[in-house]
Amino acid sequence: MTTRTIQEDAMSSTTPARAPHSDVPTGHKPDDGRVGGGLFDPTQLLRSFPEAIRKLDPRVMVSSPVMFVVLIGSVMSTVLAALHPGDWFGWAVAAWLWLTTIFANLAEAVAEGRGKAQADTLRKAKTDTVARRVIGVHEERVPGTELRVGDLVVCEAGDIIPGDGDVVEGVASVDESAITGESAPVIRESGGDRSAVTGGTKVLSDRIVIKITTKPGETFIDRMIALVEGAARQKTPNEIALNILLASLTIVFLLAVVTLQPFAVYAGQRQPVIVLIALLVCLIPTTIGALLSAIGIAGMDRLVQRNVLAMSGRAVEAAGDVSTLLLDKTGTITLGNRQAAEFVPVKGVTEAELADAAQLSSLADETPEGRSIVVLAKEKYGLRERHQGELAGAEWVAFTAQTRMSGVDLVEDGAGRKVRKGAAGSVVAWAEERGGPVSEDTRGLTAAISEAGGTPLLVALEDAAGARVLGVIHLKDVVKEGMRERFDELRRMGIKTVMITGDNPLTARAIAEEAGVDDFLAEATPEDKMALIRREQAGGKLVAMTGDGTNDAPALAQADVGVAMNTGTSAAKEAGNMVDLDSNPTKLIEIVGIGKQLLITRGALTTFSIANDVAKYFAIIPAMFAVVYPSLDKLNIMRLSSPESAILSAVIFNALIIVALVPLALRGVRYRPMSADRMLRRNLGIYGLGGLIAPFIGIKIIDLLLSLIPGIG
Amino acid sequence: MSPVLAGVLQLLALMVALALAYRPLGDYMARVYSSPRHLRAEKWIYRVIGADPAIEMRWPAYLRGVLAFSVIGVLFLYLLQRVQGGLPGSLGFASIDPDQAFNTAASFVSNTNWQSYYGEQAMGHVVQTGGLAVQNFLSAAVGMAVAVALVRGFARSRTGELGNFWSDLVRGTVRILLPISVIGALVLVACGAIQNFAGIHEVGQFTGGSQQWNGGAVASQEVIKELGTNGGGYFNANAAHPFENPNGISNLFEIFLILLIPFAMTRTFGRMVGSLRQGYAILVAMLTIWLGFTALMMWTEFHHGGPAFEIAGGALEGKETRFGIGGSSIFAVATTLTSTGAVNSFLSSYTGFGGGIALLGMQLGEIAPGGVGSGLYGMLIMAVIAVFIAGLMVGRTPEYLGKKIGGRQIKFAACYILITPALVLCFTAVAMALPTPGHSMTNSGPHGFSEILYAYTSGANNNGSAFAGLNADTQWFNTTIGLAMLLGRFVPMVFVLALAGSLAEQRPVPETAGTLRTEKPLFSGVLVGTIVIVAGLTYFPALALGPLAEGLAS
Repeated sequence: MTTRTIQEDAMSSTTPARAPHSDVPTGHKPDDGRVGGGLFDPTQLLRSFPEAIRKLDPRVMVSSPVMFVVLIGSVMSTVLAALHPGDWFGWAVAAWLWLTTIFANLAEAVAEGRGKAQADTLRKAKTDTVARRVIGVHEERVPGTELRVGDLVVCEAGDIIPGDGDVVEGVASVDESAITGESAPVIRESGGDRSAVTGGTKVLSDRIVIKITTKPGETFIDRMIALVEGAARQKTPNEIALNILLASLTIVFLLAVVTLQPFAVYAGQRQPVIVLIALLVCLIPTTIGALLSAIGIAGMDRLVQRNVLAMSGRAVEAAGDVSTLLLDKTGTITLGNRQAAEFVPVKGVTEAELADAAQLSSLADETPEGRSIVVLAKEKYGLRERHQGELAGAEWVAFTAQTRMSGVDLVEDGAGRKVRKGAAGSVVAWAEERGGPVSEDTRGLTAAISEAGGTPLLVALEDAAGARVLGVIHLKDVVKEGMRERFDELRRMGIKTVMITGDNPLTARAIAEEAGVDDFLAEATPEDKMALIRREQAGGKLVAMTGDGTNDAPALAQADVGVAMNTGTSAAKEAGNMVDLDSNPTKLIEIVGIGKQLLITRGALTTFSIANDVAKYFAIIPAMFAVVYPSLDKLNIMRLSSPESAILSAVIFNALIIVALVPLALRGVRYRPMSADRMLRRNLGIYGLGGLIAPFIGIKIIDLLLSLIPGIG
Repeated sequence: MSPVLAGVLQLLALMVALALAYRPLGDYMARVYSSPRHLRAEKWIYRVIGADPAIEMRWPAYLRGVLAFSVIGVLFLYLLQRVQGGLPGSLGFASIDPDQAFNTAASFVSNTNWQSYYGEQAMGHVVQTGGLAVQNFLSAAVGMAVAVALVRGFARSRTGELGNFWSDLVRGTVRILLPISVIGALVLVACGAIQNFAGIHEVGQFTGGSQQWNGGAVASQEVIKELGTNGGGYFNANAAHPFENPNGISNLFEIFLILLIPFAMTRTFGRMVGSLRQGYAILVAMLTIWLGFTALMMWTEFHHGGPAFEIAGGALEGKETRFGIGGSSIFAVATTLTSTGAVNSFLSSYTGFGGGIALLGMQLGEIAPGGVGSGLYGMLIMAVIAVFIAGLMVGRTPEYLGKKIGGRQIKFAACYILITPALVLCFTAVAMALPTPGHSMTNSGPHGFSEILYAYTSGANNNGSAFAGLNADTQWFNTTIGLAMLLGRFVPMVFVLALAGSLAEQRPVPETAGTLRTEKPLFSGVLVGTIVIVAGLTYFPALALGPLAEGLAS
């Protein structure tokens, strides 16, 4: 968000707070030692069974109207079966209805179970800590749970940080693997954007004083545990809407089934109540009703797998709706550092001479920019990298943020030679100090590079011939590989990307064009960013952004999806509705994908569930009435073996399909960025048409198996 | 020319006529409902009823207007029938019994026009022309007004205002229904329909005995009966009566009138929401269902096997030879897929499947193209449901015409689609469970059941066509069907207007490449699928025990 000057880069190289991952943005890290991947493990079903039974409590079930009806149906059919204990059919239906209910709970329990495992890992980090509270000049040892907001605590190497807070004194390296899974330590220091520490993490070196900012029990780790366990889960707006639709469908089918009895009586074939219950359960949208909450939990979980914590399901849903992405240039669109792209000599100097001087002067520059100059000299001019020790009598001038220059003073053959490279202003000053004129040519080249969006570095030499500028090194922002494709993809999904940068408009435009973003905001201040978000929102758009600084907090709060970097300040983390533990701003794109996937999964399974009903009618209606109206047997297109077997097969299919779809609900429907039209066509084909056909096949197979049992077929 | 070819040619002629009228009428109606100007006649009406047409109404106010106006309509019509015996020009007919008067009043105000009376034996000129025909205009205009209010809900943003009910009501009547009716009545008279205030004639029959014929303002009532998708015939035989529908030409013209406004309103909708293609998508969905049903009906009626049928060239029983199987089938589908309910043939005599097609047509909710106004709003409600499911499948919070379909919107849409199935199934179930209603059936077995299922389906969906066979003039049927008609008309309107209000308050979401494209044929397909599956699943068991059991047996 702010222009990274060379000075800042220099500072960041001395305090390597974990840099944003610059891996290829499409891939998330395969495994970082955290709880399982997205794969579904069938043994989870077995392990979650006891929890599924516990969830049979009507007070829990009532939150899903569809499954609550199934529960009532199960109870009623059991009572009816008990009244006619000799009727195997009644018992079979009752048993399968119970299984239907339990399978639904199982889906939810499995989804929650994955979070629980994660929560357990987190709890280990939250073992009772003893805090060293500072009062005046004294220090006292108190349990971590007794800390209050505003307390100051001291942590030294080896201590577990007792609570969330900000470092007010000192610098320390901290192991945050308990939360992020990342084993490389990070630097936390007082002041600035890297002052936040999280309770449960471990100080590895040095000593810091922390001001506690959250009450015990409300710390980040507590919230994380609650989130991954699903305890804090609330139904999201879209889930509520879908639940209303499912409830109304349930009522429609309830009416259709309840009113069927008088019609049946008139037709001369009163139906056993247990058959009507079986019909009802088959018709109401049990598949989606059973899997709905598992889909929601799994959606959050998929974020957790990618080390993103969503503070609410609402935020995940909103991510799917985002139409404007604000992306910080540095670290998201470009690699964190500029790199040397070319050497432009002034008149009278050859490129090779310039390259040689540039390389020499950069050997003592350990910043990424400096390294990139050495690399360019080697790649383009074949200049072997010289080591500092090779050159006898060389006096190295290391790069510092104050001088903004690096170089070397050589004594060769008795003659002194001084080479310098650095920020234009510094080098000009250096040359002029030594009486060297700075030609118009130099200024022209410098200006040209700036206008093209690059950063010019000057190389100067002082030797027997006096001091002079040899040429300019063109430092460029390097756009990450694959970003253009990524943005094209987003455009196809209807998402506009806006690059946010502190660079001047010229630089910003050049990079924006190279990266292929739709728009950019140059010289962005937090106020500009806020105004941009407001403007987009006023047009009805949903905006997502990432941020880490305290000055990002208002914008993070205003954005519909605000992803705070875990390395950021606590203010930023507080303001956003998601926290990325990897602090990888590119992940915003993945988050959008997960949000969409969540909605698609719901829609696909709803369609599937409703389409299933057609086949069930063709199984059950002829079974119910073919005796009194033999013509209706023509509807028995599956040629099911007997009425009992037909009804039972439909009920069994209805139950088993839930289990069969649990992996899909947890994993989510496969999502690839494509236009809405193509996506709809594809999903309608798979889940609409598939939902129509699959039960015909499934019910027939179950019927074939049942007919093998003596006394049924 | 073979009867099948004749039927197909009639269908083609009808489609050409509808296509020609589609653009001018649709655009004209959009202008009528959007224009800031008032005609002098309209200003005069506003002064008389004391309404200020400039006031913008939020949805509760709009609804209050609809309900108040309709309550007055029911009371007026009820009283008019109850005092008929004392009125001049009543051809000596007595006052109508309370239960039948209630049923008839509810029927005409709810745009149903279910008739448990014999027009030529019960209603005199005053009630027919001054009561029933007037409601034919007004109930149609109310339906159109509510549809326009919903369209405004989609078109407007950040306001809860849906327009002015009184202005919409008056304009719909004065600028749309009246002018077309005047022209239409002349065409019908030219075809041979009667238009007079003659008394009762006693005419001798060829086979001996005599028959009573009475005159009346038939053509003028006939035209609005079709144009306003009302369906209440001047005579008991409805459009099968030669005074109402003299020949094949008038028959085709009446079908044209039935379908005219409902189809054209999709253009009005497209105009008003600023995207004609959105209107076309709805039109395509309506056309698909209508053509599909017409094809099925013609197939089952022509195809029906058996020696008698083969000699007649199909299932001609209960159909007029002057319309033939084609003209009757097209009429039957048009009348049951709209809320018209006029009949030119005896639906009970249709084949088992044919009766089932008529039943299912109504059970779809009468949205293809549906009643004037009610067809469009019913279709848009289904579109909201379809958008919700399909929209999820493209990974966004569903939105339609830039409006988010969230919990509130789904709640209103879900309530809307619950009402009529609840009324149809519950009333039918109670009627079947009680001992006496069954006595009204003429047939036994599945066909008898179809009679009662049809009666409530027709009533609750505001269709008004009768399966015939059922003696509906009993206290039970007069009362329950009357209730079904009123609830089936006005409760859904509450949800339509509430939905319109919630949409109008929203701020629009800009369309992006990630938005579900609701103007594409794919969406029309999804819409048709949603309609057929939702209605099909709701009524499948009931249909199985009626028309399916009957149709599959033959």
